Amino acid sequence: MIYFLGILSVVFLVMAIMVITKMQAVMRGVNSTIESDEPVANNKLNGVMWLVALVLGIVGTVWSYLAAKDGFLPEASSPHGRRTDELFWFSMALMMIAFLAVNILLFYFSWKYQYKKGRKATYYPDNLKLEILWTAIPAVIMAVLVFTGYRAWTDIMSDAPDNSLVVEIMGKQFGWMTRYGGSQDNKLGNYNYKLIDDNVQNPMGLDFSDEAAFDDIASTAEMHVIKDRPVALKIRARDVLHSVFIPHMRVKMDAVPGMPTKFWFTPDKSTDEMRAELNNPNFDYEIACTEVCGRGHFSMRMRLIVEDEASFKKWQAEQQTVLATVLQSKPDYIARIPENLRAKAMKYAPAAAGADSTTAQAGTSTASSASLR
Amino acid sequence: MSVAAINTQVDAHVEEVHEHHEEQNFWRKYVFSEDHKTIAKQYMIAGIFWAVIGISMSVVFRLQLGFPGINLSWMKPVLGRWITETGTLDPNFYLALVTMHGTIMVFFVLTAGLSGTFSNFLIPLQIGARDMASGFLNMLGFWFFAVSGVVMFWSLFLHTGPAAGGWVVYPPLSALPQAHLGSEMGMTLWLASMALFIISSLLGGINYITTVINLRTRGMTFSRLPLTIWAFFITAILGLISFPVLFSAALLLIFDRHFGTSFFLSEIYINGEALPNMGGSPILFQHLFWFLGHPEVYIVLLPALGMTSEIIATNARKPIFGYKAMIASLLGIAFLAFIVWAHHMFVTGMNPFLGSIFMFLTLIIAVPSAVKAFNYITTLWRGNIIFTPAMLFSIGLVSLFVSGGVTGIILGNSALDIQLHDTYFVVAHFHIVMGSASAFGFFAGIYHWFPKMFGRMMNNTLGQIHFWATFIGVYLIFYPMHYIGIAGFPRRYYQFTNFDFAKSYTDLNMFVSIAAIFTFTAQFIFLWNFFYSMFKGKTATLNPWNSNTLEWTTPVVPGHGNWPGEIPAVYRWPYDYSKPGAAEDFIPQTVPYSQTPESNLPHETAFIAEEEELGEINLNDQFRTTH
Repeated sequence: MIYFLGILSVVFLVMAIMVITKMQAVMRGVNSTIESDEPVANNKLNGVMWLVALVLGIVGTVWSYLAAKDGFLPEASSPHGRRTDELFWFSMALMMIAFLAVNILLFYFSWKYQYKKGRKATYYPDNLKLEILWTAIPAVIMAVLVFTGYRAWTDIMSDAPDNSLVVEIMGKQFGWMTRYGGSQDNKLGNYNYKLIDDNVQNPMGLDFSDEAAFDDIASTAEMHVIKDRPVALKIRARDVLHSVFIPHMRVKMDAVPGMPTKFWFTPDKSTDEMRAELNNPNFDYEIACTEVCGRGHFSMRMRLIVEDEASFKKWQAEQQTVLATVLQSKPDYIARIPENLRAKAMKYAPAAAGADSTTAQAGTSTASSASLR
Repeated sequence: MSVAAINTQVDAHVEEVHEHHEEQNFWRKYVFSEDHKTIAKQYMIAGIFWAVIGISMSVVFRLQLGFPGINLSWMKPVLGRWITETGTLDPNFYLALVTMHGTIMVFFVLTAGLSGTFSNFLIPLQIGARDMASGFLNMLGFWFFAVSGVVMFWSLFLHTGPAAGGWVVYPPLSALPQAHLGSEMGMTLWLASMALFIISSLLGGINYITTVINLRTRGMTFSRLPLTIWAFFITAILGLISFPVLFSAALLLIFDRHFGTSFFLSEIYINGEALPNMGGSPILFQHLFWFLGHPEVYIVLLPALGMTSEIIATNARKPIFGYKAMIASLLGIAFLAFIVWAHHMFVTGMNPFLGSIFMFLTLIIAVPSAVKAFNYITTLWRGNIIFTPAMLFSIGLVSLFVSGGVTGIILGNSALDIQLHDTYFVVAHFHIVMGSASAFGFFAGIYHWFPKMFGRMMNNTLGQIHFWATFIGVYLIFYPMHYIGIAGFPRRYYQFTNFDFAKSYTDLNMFVSIAAIFTFTAQFIFLWNFFYSMFKGKTATLNPWNSNTLEWTTPVVPGHGNWPGEIPAVYRWPYDYSKPGAAEDFIPQTVPYSQTPESNLPHETAFIAEEEELGEINLNDQFRTTH
């Protein structure tokens, strides 16, 4: 790379020297260079340049599009994603027409109507009909785009279906954490930011005075979701702003401390299907952060795994509950759980808390069978 | 008393005043000057200084983005500790560079540098005034800006570095020193600097508005104002209404940072500690910020569009097409600018219904913008175009305005913004439509009005070379950048190697960086031309572009008070180029209709009767009333 840069700087140096030498020549001859039939020096040359720029510009536009289009909009894996993709390409086509039409006219007129000695420009100060015409045309196009965009937007932002898999995702410096309602009650327990404590392995601030929190499971490495089942993301942040971005799902929503947000989508291609489709055995859905959050902003990666229900259940059953992790790292945490719930909480405690190791296992296995109903 | 008698009296008085002012010492003349022309030059030099710093910063982070992990040890003499021991750029400093590049370019270069320079220079000269309404406030405005610049410059050298949370400085990141290195002293200085900057723009703004309303020369009705002045006038109103809102946001953020309030903070756990703040909303800051932030885009762009209108008409030797439609579209854009701010916030968790309202309002802006673009093109149609560097940059501006504008229609669509928000698509969009287009306006303005500023001409050929290198360079940087954005690359990433989806396009990123270095290098042609011509350029003639507006009726180098004698009266609009019947292809605003019977249009003969009255009034001559 450094060699490449070296060559580059040499090229620029040479160019700079050329420009400076040319500059001095120009400065010396500044009075004599203006030809009589040109209002300023190089008028004709600049006129031609517009035409050259136009041709090269169109060639460049088409060529670069063909060369780069494989990387555009990563394959969408959600129905709403395919809808916005369609809308994107539809709008983009309209915009490309406007872009090309206006630039072609602009460049062409610049060349065509360049100064000619003896010619007088046409005095043409206004034309109300034209103004109305080109106010109306963009207005109609915009109306179409607003209408289609509005319909898509309201559908995407509508409430999540009732059968959605609820997943909480929390951003922190610098990583994501996911939480599931757990296999017994399938309900996310309460949380309180004041209960967040990394030292006792409660990084999401679960509030264990709420029974529903007991069987919640969390992960810092992966988010698992079920193919074809809607996913309702409950999004929050615990320190600064983050933004959940799942490129292939066309999902993006900020994570805001103190203000939970949400987004729902339906993944309809499993990770394995995408691997086959893209012919890339290492493919993984990824979650990234798109709101600058500090030094590690560029590295907040989490894997998203889309799988069938059976594998999801299997994965879910393998996870230790948050409560178990907390009690494992700090057995006397039990004292902070309200007295009437302690007995129930102890069921989640791993071996270290005194009970035999099968309790927790039994707990989770009954849980999974319970939720399979 | 007859008119002639008054005039001679005024003349005598002006002479006397003129002598009086020549006694000024160096400090009053060049440093703490109250003369709008000197202040304009001060803004211009400051703007160019900041532009060099701001653009250099972008080159540094473009090196990192194009060549991840590149060895930058050779920059150690300048950047010191910010180059790590292995020779790579420190990720914290990367964010600081991105933030400072944005802040400097948006506020210091394109707001103060562009609007400050040309509003100050052109308003009195083009409306026929001796100076600004208040020379003192004008001077104060510049020096507030200078101090704000010093504070910001100082922050670059802090041990913890300058502010680094992005130019939008969203809390809580910017509010919590423990969250980010750049949120320590650097952020404090950023806020202090912005507060001073806002004061500066308000002082400038009220001056521009007052001057345009009150100090127009006789005959200079609003319907005869050059479009430049309309643009500066509307820009000043935009700034006056929106900058105080940013001030309030900055003030509340200062309170949150230093006095323990919770305007923007709620339920935060950071560095092993749960903060006591409850009930605040980070979204509130975003609303306040973008209430300025969006009009700011137009504060930056409208002056450029105004100058372009003037330059295109002059050099196409044609009246600007649809003068009234141009004003109406300026007003339309300015009005809409206030009610679209939340399109920056579609995916912040704001109520989706609000999102759809803002999508609707945002897309309406395309209508007045399209009208402007079509009017420019029609102005070129059947013109007799002279490619001065200013004209080239103006045509370039129209091209960039359209090319960057169309992608705004995509981003303004909330459903499409879900995927594209905070990706390089946004970066490409606003760098073309707001950054480059406004910068082109700045260049166009300098090339066009340089003769009036310094009494010398800039070199034409070098200007043309500079234009083509910059124009092609800008497209080479930002056109491929859209592709990177469509692929989903998020902005403000130190590198893209951590994600599989962002592993493509390393070559494209490299290409963009090389194009950026090329374009940056090309700007030295301009710098050379600018400073060389200031001292050694060919002496300018009175009206080098055969232009109609009032500034070209002043001496080659206008002195204090601009016109040595009486301020000329204005009899017609500024766009009588190539009028049928006229001998020359331009008729300056100071030529009465009574002198041009051969070219008068039927409705214009009615104005001849008013001309005699115009000659008799002279309400606005400060030299006459204040001394």
